[in-house]
Amino acid sequence: MDWGSLHAVLGGVNKHSTSIGKIWLTVLFVFRIMILVVAAEKVWGDEQQDFICNTLQPGCKNVCYDHFFPISHIRLWALQLIFVSTPALLVVMHVAYRRHEKKQQLRNGEKFDIEELKRTRFHIRGPLWWTYTSSIFFRVLFEAVFMYAFYFMYDGYKMPRLLKCSAWPCPNTVDCFVSRPTEKTMFTVFMLVVSAVCMLLNVTELCYLVVKVCVKEPRKTAALK
Amino acid sequence: MSWGFLRDLLSGVNKYSTVMGRIWLAIVFIFRLLVYMVAAEHVWKDEQKEFECNVQQPGCENVCFDHFFPVSHIRLWALQLIMVSTPSLLVAFHVAYRESREKKHNQKLYKNPGSMDGGLLCTYLISLIFKTGFEIGFLVLFYKLYDGFNVPRLMKCDVRPCPNTVDCYISKPTEKKIFLVFCGITSCLCIALNLSELGYLTFKHSLKCLKRYVKRGHTLKRESPKRKLEASFFLKINPEPRNGKNPLSLKNLSSKYI
Repeated sequence: MDWGSLHAVLGGVNKHSTSIGKIWLTVLFVFRIMILVVAAEKVWGDEQQDFICNTLQPGCKNVCYDHFFPISHIRLWALQLIFVSTPALLVVMHVAYRRHEKKQQLRNGEKFDIEELKRTRFHIRGPLWWTYTSSIFFRVLFEAVFMYAFYFMYDGYKMPRLLKCSAWPCPNTVDCFVSRPTEKTMFTVFMLVVSAVCMLLNVTELCYLVVKVCVKEPRKTAALK
Repeated sequence: MSWGFLRDLLSGVNKYSTVMGRIWLAIVFIFRLLVYMVAAEHVWKDEQKEFECNVQQPGCENVCFDHFFPVSHIRLWALQLIMVSTPSLLVAFHVAYRESREKKHNQKLYKNPGSMDGGLLCTYLISLIFKTGFEIGFLVLFYKLYDGFNVPRLMKCDVRPCPNTVDCYISKPTEKKIFLVFCGITSCLCIALNLSELGYLTFKHSLKCLKRYVKRGHTLKRESPKRKLEASFFLKINPEPRNGKNPLSLKNLSSKYI
């Protein structure tokens, strides 16, 4: 089970998404998950090993590292990506339920082709519209929460070179040096920008879906009249 | 052999699960297995290398690490995931057994081998009970072994060959605590889902049995005029009651038809 499995699960959503949704999915997998796996993980790979404190006191380095990095950037990003991807599963489940219903209906009548049923694309209207818009709303919410969590935990998005630590058992205020701070800052800013782009795409998609429904309803009412 | 094998095995079970079972499976795959593999494993990667004691005595660090962590959190988590996923295989085995029976007798014995009725329902309920049992068992084990889900920064160790009470520092205790709490929450969520599913299936099938029983009772009452006709026909042929018994009495009529 890894990111590839998540890709396989979410690939099914792609068929039933809008164009903006497909762009969002591509940005998620190429600019966030792939960057995380092939680059960011290596930058943070030796983060604790190369975190050096100017003291010989055993335990001081461990305690200072834990104090400044309660949860590593890499793990927080991984959790963010998982939480942001999961609302799309609501759409997958809804589509699976619709397919199951259609299969029951067709079973009572004539013969049907399972492969064709699997290939059928459901349009985003009715209950599926509500599921889809709820999933986009939750995505935006999770993105915002994680971006705020990052800001709150690390006091901004910059990785400092030097941290001053006076947690016990450090004998006094000790200088601790973070490994590769500039590279880490660059990746943090990059992930932040891509997060913002994804949020923008989600908000645009939400507006598009709402406007589409608002425009269609008056036309339908006018046609009925 | 890796987690992918378990994933493929459980994906096959998905077909025979209820809606809640599929939600449970999605939670296990995404919030437990995926989080374990992409995040949690790396947190505990260097746990012994980064475990530091304030002493130069050789062997003291090893002994203290072993004393405080008889089984690593991450290994216990992995065991929990495996034990909790496997009862679902009972259902897959039962369906495979039904299909092999049909093949053996070369006739359709079941409306649908995967439909949740009769023996398969019992198997499904048993698998739910086992899943819940394992979840609760592991949560209790975590709690008992590590004194809750807390991971302290400092532990005091006085096991031989440490010369006296020595301070030992665990690496990344806060991050470990966050992931352990996450593991505990998802475990509790899965327990709640399993119990809801158990309750729902038991209630649904009890209701079905009750309806069937009531329907049968109504059917019997509707048949009584017919029975009267048959009894009167019987009397015409045999006018005198046999053995002093009245053939039209409910007791004598009902013993024949229920």
